[in-house]
Amino acid sequence: MKYKKDLKKAFVATIPVLAGYLALGFGFGVLLSTEGYGALWALFMSITMFGGSMQYAAVGFLADGISLLSAAVMTLIINARHLFYGISLVDKYRGAGLKKVYMIHALTDETYSLVCNDDAVKDVKNKHFYYFTVSFLDHCYWIAGCTLGAVFGTNVQFNSEGIDFVLTALFLTIFVEQWLSSKDHTSAIIGVVCAAVCTMIFHENMLIPTMIAILVSLVVLRFVRRDKYDG
Amino acid sequence: MDSSTLHSIGLVLVMAVVSYLLRAFPFLVFSGKQTPKFVLYLGKVLPYAIIAMLVVYCVKDISFTAVKNFLPYIISGGLVVLLHVWKRNTLLSIVAGTLSYMALVQFVF
Repeated sequence: MKYKKDLKKAFVATIPVLAGYLALGFGFGVLLSTEGYGALWALFMSITMFGGSMQYAAVGFLADGISLLSAAVMTLIINARHLFYGISLVDKYRGAGLKKVYMIHALTDETYSLVCNDDAVKDVKNKHFYYFTVSFLDHCYWIAGCTLGAVFGTNVQFNSEGIDFVLTALFLTIFVEQWLSSKDHTSAIIGVVCAAVCTMIFHENMLIPTMIAILVSLVVLRFVRRDKYDG
Repeated sequence: MDSSTLHSIGLVLVMAVVSYLLRAFPFLVFSGKQTPKFVLYLGKVLPYAIIAMLVVYCVKDISFTAVKNFLPYIISGGLVVLLHVWKRNTLLSIVAGTLSYMALVQFVF
């Protein structure tokens, strides 16, 4: 095979994601099965949606049978951050042809963090092949984790009370990681304050007002501290 | 196939299509031109605020009426934060936090 070395490099790079996706996907599959949706649903959702937080949230949406419009709006809100991932990859993915159509679909938080690592592609022969392989392997791990979890949850009797904490743990971990790896905590604090205030006012409908409050605050922040962010 | 199954399939498809459009949007808009500075700014700062919002969203239903309703959250949430500051291992933080929470709500409280 022409790019055997690139393939190996891609696999090695994705090993941490392999572990993470099997565990998180498994948690999703178990959670989904507790609502009466089995392995076929896990397979269907992990192939077509491919997103951790989105799929966890979707379990509740399916159980409640929310409207298609609400589902569209909630997806916009929960996955809005993906709007910004693509921005830094526009140049990297340029000229990837049909591969790009799939690479866009498979662009998750974890895949994003891998393809952003420029050190990893220094000796790679075909970068687009490498990016595509990383995306595809991550997707496979995720599909395997989700489906296995649903099979397990459907067939093995166990007390799953509290497993939904996995989502809280996921976001909390990302939050701590971002906090530790950045010097400027203004945006994180804005997020906490806006969300807390909007929760007090709007209760369970806090997501949309919070997003608006965050956007307005960040726009104001940019004008107040123009010097800092224009560099 | 009954109507609720069809509705569920519809929900998954809607969520899948909207997810794809969001992911594709920057590639469509900025395919030729230079990315505006303002968008780059939002791309840089927005993720921090959004993740913070999602954390608050997850803990917003905690009830402080009884100890068993909030103490497992505080213990396991604290464990996630401490473990992550200490080890910086995402998988470890998530698995340890979730297992401890499940153990607390099932056996302790």
